[in-house]
Amino acid sequence: MAMIDIQHISKWYGSFQALRDCSTKVEKGEVLVICGPSGCGKSTLIKTVNGLEPIQEGEILVNGISLTSPKTNLPQLRAHVGMVFQHFELFPHLSVRENLTLAQVKVLKRSKAEAGEKGLQYLERVGLLEQKDKFPGQLSGGQQQRVAIARALSMDPICMLFDEPTSALDPEMISEVLDVMVKLAQEGMTMMVVTHEMGFARKVAHRVIFMDQGRIIEDLPKEDFFGKPHTERAQQFLDKILVH
Amino acid sequence: MYDFDFDVIWRSLGYLFRDGMTFTLMLTTCAMVGGIILGTLLAMMRLSSYRFFSAPAGLYVNMTRAIPLLLVIFWCYFLLPYICGYVFHELYKISPKPIGDLLIRIFGYQVQDGTPLRIGAFTSSVITFILFQAAYYCEIMRAGIQSVSQGQMGASYALGLNYWQTMFHIILPQAFRNMLPVLLTQTIILFQDTSLVYVLSITDFLGAASKVAQRDGRLVEMYVFVALIYFVICLFLSYLVRCLQSRIAIIR
Ligand SMILES: Nc1ncnc2c1ncn2[C@@H]1O[C@H](COP(=O)(O)OP(=O)(O)O)[C@@H](O)[C@H]1O
Ligand SMILES: [Mg+2]
Repeated sequence: MAMIDIQHISKWYGSFQALRDCSTKVEKGEVLVICGPSGCGKSTLIKTVNGLEPIQEGEILVNGISLTSPKTNLPQLRAHVGMVFQHFELFPHLSVRENLTLAQVKVLKRSKAEAGEKGLQYLERVGLLEQKDKFPGQLSGGQQQRVAIARALSMDPICMLFDEPTSALDPEMISEVLDVMVKLAQEGMTMMVVTHEMGFARKVAHRVIFMDQGRIIEDLPKEDFFGKPHTERAQQFLDKILVH
Repeated sequence: MYDFDFDVIWRSLGYLFRDGMTFTLMLTTCAMVGGIILGTLLAMMRLSSYRFFSAPAGLYVNMTRAIPLLLVIFWCYFLLPYICGYVFHELYKISPKPIGDLLIRIFGYQVQDGTPLRIGAFTSSVITFILFQAAYYCEIMRAGIQSVSQGQMGASYALGLNYWQTMFHIILPQAFRNMLPVLLTQTIILFQDTSLVYVLSITDFLGAASKVAQRDGRLVEMYVFVALIYFVICLFLSYLVRCLQSRIAIIR
C-alpha cells in the first residue's frame, strides 16, 4: 500500500481548473520532488494531500485513509501529515518552544512536559536548541524554516509535505534548510517536496514529477528524469532553471 | 457677576465618585468585556463562508450602527421588561415547572401573572451597551482577523487543530494584538457614551453631578468639573493605549 495515493484528482477554483486529472503515488520511505513553472498547480496539488484544499473529483488515500470520505476525521489525519510552507508560517505571537508544543498538547493530547521534551529534542536536531525561548520574529529566515520543520516533526508524522521550503530564503540560508531535509530523507522519511533545487532532487529524490497547467506531464524515476530526453515543455523549463 | 463656589465639588466628592463614578466604570467595564466577546463572535460569523451565519451578523451590525444610541437606550429600558416578560411567559406555558423555578431563583420573578420583568437600570444599561458596542467591536475584530495572513490558518489546520482551536490559539490572539489600540480607542468612546444613561435618571458620574448641580444651584461649577474629570480620564486612557501598544506588539 502506498503512503500517499492520488487517483485522478481534479480541482477547480470557481470556474478555473487548477488540477486536471492528476494521479501519482508515493511509497513509504520514498522522496518525490515536484517541479514546474509558477502557477502550474504545485502548491494546490500538495495542499490537497492533507485536505487544506478540497478536491471536486478523484480520490486521495493517505496511509490507506480516504481524504474525501465524510467519515474521515480530517484534523486527526492532518496531525500525522507534516507540512512545511514557503513562508514558514510560524506563529509569531508564540515563542519557539510554544510553537513546537501547541499542537502536540491540543491535538495529540500529550502532557506539557512530554511535548516540551519532544519539541526540544527536534529543535536540537535542527541545531537551534539555544533559540528555544526566542520569538519567530527574532530568527533569520533559515532558522525560522528549520523551526517549522522541527514543529512538523514533533507531531511524529508518517509523511512530510514541503511547499517550496527554500524559495523565500536568502541564498546563503538555503543550504542549512536543505541539509536538514537531506538528513530527513536519508533517515527514510516519506516526503513530497515542491522545489526547484535540482541539486536536492539529484541527491535524495527517488522520483520527479513535472507539472504544467494543472497536469502532471512527466512522472519519472530520478535517473530517467535527469538522464533521458524530455517532453519539449519540460526541457524548456529545465534549461531555464539549470542554466545558472 | 455670578460668584463661583467650587466648594460644592469638595462637599459632594464622596457621592460623585463612590456612587457616580463606580457606576460609570462598572458599566464601561461590563460593556467592554461583553461587547468584545459578542463582537468577536459576530466578526467570526460575518467572515464565515456560510450565508446562514454571515447574513444575520451583517444585518445586525449594519442596523445597529444606523440607529442612534439614545434610542437604543430608551428602547431597551422601556421595552426589554415587556419583551422578557412575554418571552418567559411563553416559555413558561411550554414547561411550567422548571422555567418557573429557574426564573424565581435567578430574578425573583413570579412568571405566572405575565407582568413585565423588572430588570433594573444597571442590568438594562449593561445589556444595551453590550448589544450596541458589539456592532462596533465586531467591525474592529473583523479587520483584525483579516489582518492575520491566510497562511496562519493553513499552518494551524495542517497541524491538526480544528476551527475553534485555530481561532482561539492562533488567529484571535494575533487579531487582538494587532487591533488593541483601536479596541481601546473604541472603549474610550464607550466610556464617554455611558454618560447618556443619565436620561434614565441613573446616578452615573454625570447623573450624580447633575443632581448635585440642580440641588445646590451650582450648574457651571459641576459641569466644568465633570468635563475636566472626563478629560483627565480619557487622556490617561489614551496614554495607556500608547504604552500598551509598544509592550504587547508582536515581535516581527
Ligand atoms: N485561492 C485561489 N483562488 C483562485 N485561484 C487560485 C487560488 N489559489 C491558486 N489559484 C490559481 O491556481 C493556479 C495554481 O496555483 P498554485 O498551486 O499556487 O501554483 P504554484 O504553486 O505551482 O505556483 C494558479 O493559476 C493560481 O492563480
Ligand atoms: Mg506555490
